[in-house]
Amino acid sequence: MSTETKAQAASENGGERRLNMIEAINDALDIMLEKDPDVIVMGEDVGYFGGVFRCTAGLQKKHGKTRVFDTPISECGIIGVAVGMGAYGLRPVPEIQFADYIYPGLDQLVSEAARLRYRSATEYIAPMTVRSPFGGGIFGGQTHSQSPEALFTHVSGLKTVIPSTPYDAKGLLIASIEDNDPVIFFEPKRIYNGPFSGYYDKPAEPWKRHAQSVVPEGYYRIPLGEARTVAEGEALTVLAYGTMVHVAESVCREKGVDAEILDLRTLVPLDIEAIERSVEKTGRCLIVHEATRTSGFGAELSALVTERCFYHLEAPVERVTGFDTPYPHSLEWAYFPGPIRIGEAIDKLLSE
Amino acid sequence: MADRPDADSEAGANKPALRLHVPEPKFRPGDTVDFSHVPISEAGKQPRPDEACDARETEGLCYDLIRVLGDDDKAHGPWDPKLDPETLRAMLGHFALVRAFDERMFRGQRQGKTSFYMKCTGEEATSVAAAMALASDDMVFPSYRQQGVLIARGYDLVEMINQIYSNKGDKLKGRQLPIMYSSREHSFFSISGNLATQTPQAVGWAMASAIKGDTRIAATWVGEGSTAEGDFHSACTFATVYNAPVILNVINNQWAISSFSGFAGAERTTFAARALGYGLAGLRVDGNDALAVYAAQRWAANRARANAGPTLIEYFTYRAEGHSTSDDPAGYRSAQERDEWPLGDPVTRLKDHLIALGEWDEDRQAEMDRKAAERVKAATKEAEKNGILGHGMHQPFRTMFEDVFEELPWHLKEQAEQATRERLIKFNGGRPQ
Repeated sequence: MSTETKAQAASENGGERRLNMIEAINDALDIMLEKDPDVIVMGEDVGYFGGVFRCTAGLQKKHGKTRVFDTPISECGIIGVAVGMGAYGLRPVPEIQFADYIYPGLDQLVSEAARLRYRSATEYIAPMTVRSPFGGGIFGGQTHSQSPEALFTHVSGLKTVIPSTPYDAKGLLIASIEDNDPVIFFEPKRIYNGPFSGYYDKPAEPWKRHAQSVVPEGYYRIPLGEARTVAEGEALTVLAYGTMVHVAESVCREKGVDAEILDLRTLVPLDIEAIERSVEKTGRCLIVHEATRTSGFGAELSALVTERCFYHLEAPVERVTGFDTPYPHSLEWAYFPGPIRIGEAIDKLLSE
Repeated sequence: MADRPDADSEAGANKPALRLHVPEPKFRPGDTVDFSHVPISEAGKQPRPDEACDARETEGLCYDLIRVLGDDDKAHGPWDPKLDPETLRAMLGHFALVRAFDERMFRGQRQGKTSFYMKCTGEEATSVAAAMALASDDMVFPSYRQQGVLIARGYDLVEMINQIYSNKGDKLKGRQLPIMYSSREHSFFSISGNLATQTPQAVGWAMASAIKGDTRIAATWVGEGSTAEGDFHSACTFATVYNAPVILNVINNQWAISSFSGFAGAERTTFAARALGYGLAGLRVDGNDALAVYAAQRWAANRARANAGPTLIEYFTYRAEGHSTSDDPAGYRSAQERDEWPLGDPVTRLKDHLIALGEWDEDRQAEMDRKAAERVKAATKEAEKNGILGHGMHQPFRTMFEDVFEELPWHLKEQAEQATRERLIKFNGGRPQ
């Protein structure tokens, strides 16, 4: 059953409930705090205030100050204590307020959390889920807009998960929290409140008109490592995640391209079978991400597609990405891989 | 641009040239060593505040040096833990075992049985006596020179040597550099090798214990050089913010490989005094005085257990040997330092104390040392049955790809197949495992 069908089924089973991504994330945290007494939520401003993006609103009041609490402004400390809590047997869900702030915690993630299971031969594990809003498109400047996912996909022992809809955000977050490996859970903040067509100068859309904003009550999980087919098509395959799923979808719709769009949802572990199946069918592959280009995750995807589907390809793999500059504040939309950049790549792919 | 501005410019005019201070240790190779500049407090003279006191009451103790064993080999003052002779002999037994173990493993490395080893000579008290002051199920987050904790907790020597040899008996599957032990059964956290990362982890464990209403506390060890890491600052901050039941032990052994403690700030203040800025209780302790170490660790443990707060303890000691088997300290410090160290040797001091009490003598000590050496020798022989490093591959081949994740993802499966192919080629179709 596809996730769309599941959501549809849930809505038919009475009480269709539409949430934005923030509410869906809040719902997942609430459910896991209720279900598992070892889950704790912590981070800068997440307690009484409920988080700068409101993802943890109301959780401290409901679950108590020792389950949901504020932390010092110290990403190194937040991840470091989460490793220790995991060693104790807790299942911490730390929030890093912006992905751009995660670097002080990098050593604790890369050298500690990621390798603990391996280096201790399973004596200790780090079952933490590090939630963090990422990506641009909100005039956040160079320190509130980055997409550093490739830094984490490069590390053995870390899983990287990026939802693109409220339904997926809830199911993937629950699966991440229950996962016994450390998970980097990047939330595309541009689409917290609604999907994004790529046209910043058009009115924002709310989630409520999107099929995947139907979020059933209660517990459900979406397994890590399974891509979602957003649209089926024959002309080309689009590989995307996060905000860019919606931008790519809108560009393909606008251009009338019969694209098969895969939302990868999990970068590590990657759903390679879904990618191969689709590219072998269409023979053309477009990779879209917002992150900088050089050594971005698109490079990995491009290499995998070329290595594994080369004889099915009708044209060279195309990558559409952010530029290799810091995210510029005033020129944000010149940086963003929007409809023009994506449209040009599609034209090139289809002309070969 | 990078040079001093012109004298007639505003920035350069009529102002003294600024000077960068680059710390330099007192003594370099060949120098005559005189430690008379190091203030040594008189044993028994330091006050012992209530364990639940306000952290500020420990201010004086952050600059003093808590000492129990005097020059007369007797225990003095309010910090005397008043341990019975049986406990003292047990402590001496752990010391003997640690020293024998270090000697043999160091030699084993020189004989090519393993790649690396680190002795803790001169610092035994900071791990053995501290471990004895904790409950056996208090969680410890060690650095790399706390073999004394494992030995005091009765960890099997054969297991330790298996790890050092990375042999087929190594329960860490040959994945870790020698001496980076892990033993959940002994509440001993996996040693990292990246410095000071264990300090916020210990605080996190202690926070978890408090969240759960547990009774166990956490303790961590870090070298004075590594207190410069941001992790240590994070650990102190989180410890004080959440009043975590944790003990932060700073082993000030004067040297971080070739960098003396001045490169971590020791020229300006003590490491114990770091506690004051955070609002932690702080104690500065003679790390070669086993009774003082025990008393300080127990004070901090009682304080943590009573929800009265975390403690930062500086153990003032001396790294009597090289940093590791890969290091030769003759290249950067005077060989006389070890002999001139004003706080003596922790093992000798405890032994002399027991003798002064009439509870020990040199013959029994010699016998204890001999038995310790025999025990280590027997354990080494036993461990060598499982192989030594470099003599073939000891771990089943497939284990290389296990435990990266809980489950093996497709990309690691493919890489494991590649590795298996390489192995079949190398061994002409044999030894697939």
